[in-house]
Amino acid sequence: MTDVAARTAEERQQERRRRQRASTGRRVPEIMKQGALAPWLYLAPALIVMTLFIVYPMINTIILSFQNANGTGPVVCRGEPCWGIFENYRYALTGELNLTNFQTAWQSFWVSSYGNNIKWILLMVSGTVILGLIIALLADRVRYEPTAKSIIFMPMAISFVGAGVIWGFVYNIDPDIGLLNAIITALGGSRVAFLQTPGLNTVLLIVVGIWIWTGFAMTILSAALKGVPTEIIEAARVDGANEWTVFWRVILPMIMPTVTVVITVMIINVLKIFDIVYVMTGGNYGTEVMANRMYREMYINFNTGRGTAIAVVLILVIIPFMYLNVKRFQEQEAMR
Amino acid sequence: MNINRDKVNKFFSKIPTHFALIFLCLVWLVPTLGLLITSFRPQQAVNETGWWTVLSRKSAGSEGFPEYSQYCEECHGADGQAVEGVNLSDPELIARYSRSARLLGLLRQEIDGQPHMGDNPLPSIDEAAAITAYLSSLSGTEELPTFTINNYVDALVGFRQQGSTYLEACEDGTARTLGFSCTARDLLNPRGMGRAFINSLIVTIPATILPLLFAAFAGYAFSWLDFPGRMWLFAILVGLQVVPLQMTLVPISRIYARLGLNGTFLGVWLFHTGFGMPYAIYLMRNFLGGLPRDLFESAYLDGANHWTAFYRLALPLAAPALAALGIFQFLWVWNDLLVALVFLGGQRPVLTYQISNMVSSLGAGWHLLTAAAFISFLLPLAVFFGLQRYFVRGLLAGSVKG
Repeated sequence: MTDVAARTAEERQQERRRRQRASTGRRVPEIMKQGALAPWLYLAPALIVMTLFIVYPMINTIILSFQNANGTGPVVCRGEPCWGIFENYRYALTGELNLTNFQTAWQSFWVSSYGNNIKWILLMVSGTVILGLIIALLADRVRYEPTAKSIIFMPMAISFVGAGVIWGFVYNIDPDIGLLNAIITALGGSRVAFLQTPGLNTVLLIVVGIWIWTGFAMTILSAALKGVPTEIIEAARVDGANEWTVFWRVILPMIMPTVTVVITVMIINVLKIFDIVYVMTGGNYGTEVMANRMYREMYINFNTGRGTAIAVVLILVIIPFMYLNVKRFQEQEAMR
Repeated sequence: MNINRDKVNKFFSKIPTHFALIFLCLVWLVPTLGLLITSFRPQQAVNETGWWTVLSRKSAGSEGFPEYSQYCEECHGADGQAVEGVNLSDPELIARYSRSARLLGLLRQEIDGQPHMGDNPLPSIDEAAAITAYLSSLSGTEELPTFTINNYVDALVGFRQQGSTYLEACEDGTARTLGFSCTARDLLNPRGMGRAFINSLIVTIPATILPLLFAAFAGYAFSWLDFPGRMWLFAILVGLQVVPLQMTLVPISRIYARLGLNGTFLGVWLFHTGFGMPYAIYLMRNFLGGLPRDLFESAYLDGANHWTAFYRLALPLAAPALAALGIFQFLWVWNDLLVALVFLGGQRPVLTYQISNMVSSLGAGWHLLTAAAFISFLLPLAVFFGLQRYFVRGLLAGSVKG
């Protein structure tokens, strides 16, 4: 009798544990159990709009990417080379490349939307993280920290379109309008058509991106810096480490997880960049990135097949980062 | 003594820090400052001189001087007062010859039977313009005001005429020929920022409240309700956060075309709600799940059901999270261009659409563009500076704490 009771109690506990593991790391209080329907009623509005606006379109986009320009039938090749059903992907992947030989392919890659996106990732992610970290470190040592951080953070509040106007003004070719050209001519140089010069213009657009997003990196890194225990830093100083060593050997390793998070978030953001390029150059003069190319195919050339194929390539590039995001989330859940 | 020296040392050791930080802050501020100053400058001044000349007045007087000295200085002198009875620095006299054509007319006339210019050639029309400009600055007439709010008025009503302002055009009646009524109705002109501002509000308010509401429900379910597949569903949701907007545009606009939702506010509200959902739920769930268990347990012991616990307990306690989320969603929708471009377009222009449209069609109209940009910054900056605390908190909750 007692044996059975003990066993059922143990079984019940095991069963509960198993269920907890299956659902989530955290426990819902026993007395709060409810009917089977209730949770779905709470979830229904959110799940419906998400299915309608995210899940269904994703599936539909994949289907459309194998169809013709109007999405009315399967894609048809118009000559060689032809990838059959993957014709739209051939266009998406190689349409901008000059495949005569390896060298031309390599050169054309770096002025294609993919090459530009890579430049954006490399420069903008490193730029925002490094500048954000520097500003967070500097601001931590002064009394006007809140003011300084507000100034750096402010561009986050305004639109990319607005930022495009602000910087279009700075980059203007007329030295009586554009500040940069005014400085160059005042120093005796001749004025530069910043946004029309291929190569240079992409870098200058990235500067705008850095201007906007450094506040984001700074805020998060600053919070992480403040989380580093002062005793550890003091101990390192007492042991004779100078500020430089303290930073590289103590502070940086401790905030490294946060730096990784910022980098991941920034890469995802950069891959989706559209507005800055759209407003400042319209994707002309060799500044096009993937999102702009997709927009052009869809809404200017009205070729949904090609446009959606580029969109699918974009999501394929993002998937690894999506995976990192989910993995990080699960690690955090395990630690709760 | 020792302490004092420490303090001094500390002060000096921090100088590079101050220098670097203030320099960076200036770099961050100057572009926006330039835009702000320009938006308050008269149209003519914007096109002629850079905004940084506002503080120094050196530009006045130097312009047109070479032309003046070439054609006029010989007789009139450097100060314009060399000829008896003809004082070129007299504002009343100069006001009569404020246009180059009138000046040329005067120069062609004879004075006491002699040509005005003697044996010298007449200045060209450009040179005459330069001379009038010099004379105006010499006499102090036609001094442009340093600052004006005309750009804002013009941008709000959508007055895009070069060389004139809405208020001037209303005074001399030309505004009516351009389709303006010169009453408050002009604020609703579809080309103006006033109308766009209203459209932006109409888009943003429901597109902020709806996701907040749905996310609060779902966040509660994910943190305090038990159902099969909870963890999996939530993991999928975390993954959906990074789906690029561009992925979903084509299928949605095809559905909207069939339902007649293209160009309607309802379509944009629903789209923003759907797209804001994953992040909103993520944030709400993290916040609600972090509330103490005892709180909910004792509520249940007192006889509360889930609805009461949600409505009376979770929702009020989640106010800071709701505020953070509300700010995010508000800024996101207000600042969005792509969705507005695709689903609303020119039918119901919002601020971002109107500005990007002005960038491509207006070219050199910087006086309007800068004012328009600042009109669109008004609300986000107010929200940002007013509620910065919540904004930062939401940012941290979303990407670090998890």
